[in-house]
Amino acid sequence: MSKLQVSLYRYNPETDSAPYMQEFEVDTQGRDLMVLNLLELIKEDDSSVAFRRSCREGVCGSDGMNMNGKNGLACITPLSEVVKNNKLVLRPLPGLPVIRDLVVDMALFYKQYEKIQPYLQNDTPAPAIERLQAPEERDKLDGLYECILCACCSTSCPSFWWNPEKFVGPAGLLQSYRFLADSRDTATQQRLSELEDPFSVFRCRGIMNCVAVCPKGLNPTRAIGKIREMLLANAT
Amino acid sequence: MVTNITSFSRSGLSDWIIQRASAVVMALYTVFLVVYLLAHPQLDYATWSGLFEQTWMRIFSLLAFVSLAAHAWVGLWTVTTDYIKPTGIRVGAQSVIIIAIFVFLVWGIQVLWGA
Repeated sequence: MSKLQVSLYRYNPETDSAPYMQEFEVDTQGRDLMVLNLLELIKEDDSSVAFRRSCREGVCGSDGMNMNGKNGLACITPLSEVVKNNKLVLRPLPGLPVIRDLVVDMALFYKQYEKIQPYLQNDTPAPAIERLQAPEERDKLDGLYECILCACCSTSCPSFWWNPEKFVGPAGLLQSYRFLADSRDTATQQRLSELEDPFSVFRCRGIMNCVAVCPKGLNPTRAIGKIREMLLANAT
Repeated sequence: MVTNITSFSRSGLSDWIIQRASAVVMALYTVFLVVYLLAHPQLDYATWSGLFEQTWMRIFSLLAFVSLAAHAWVGLWTVTTDYIKPTGIRVGAQSVIIIAIFVFLVWGIQVLWGA
């Protein structure tokens, strides 16, 4: 079997005047490796290749990248799922500044996450043990809390590409709804009032790239729809 | 909260609901006109003019024009804020769009109630 052709985005701002694509030929010995394993094989040959990784099992969200045009986690994406015509193009997540090779600056992404105040707010006195929640109320958080903040969704969203400072983005909005839907949170009104401008939520145009790429199978578009429903119910 | 001064209603929620309500009005108006034209294959000037002399038709048409104006303002404002990054050019484009919408709306009213 012929070697896999890998085209890798390279950029070191300290030495390169512009990013370029570097070609590698990797012998996978016929195995269906994960893309992360492939990158590690490449790094054995060229130790200057930079990428983030940690848990290698789709939990930490470190190795989000663009593989043959689609965002995903390299550690849980098998080659058989992305390789076309024995060729694989690896690029950093689109829309964020590149620090080096596949490593991007996530500051804007985290700023939007911080904006939605991703923590429980409750102005009633804390009970002796814990704030109780009915099983049905807890069920509402399923499909929301599982987000690992890998940024695959927000960086595949054209609305986030054009207005990353103003549009919260699918990841932030999924978490925003996670706290709006939480029966223990009492800051609902204040949270909603922060979201009714034309950008924070309403710049979502329902493109649904976020749903297509989420490695955890979550649905930010549905959460954004729920936020819109809450805003509408609150204002009419 | 992101502030904004050239959007149609200053509120994302209002813009969003206006966009949807105006789309429904324009859809109803379009369906009505298509059905009317299909029902009158031998349409002449007198019949067409007679239709627009009815007060209900003028109200319906004005509603459709106002909906079109609001829909265009919300939609084109969104397009300019997505794609035009230099502030001067963006504000200039938004001004041209808003004035054009206003001119077309007044012109439309003049056509409806004119001679």
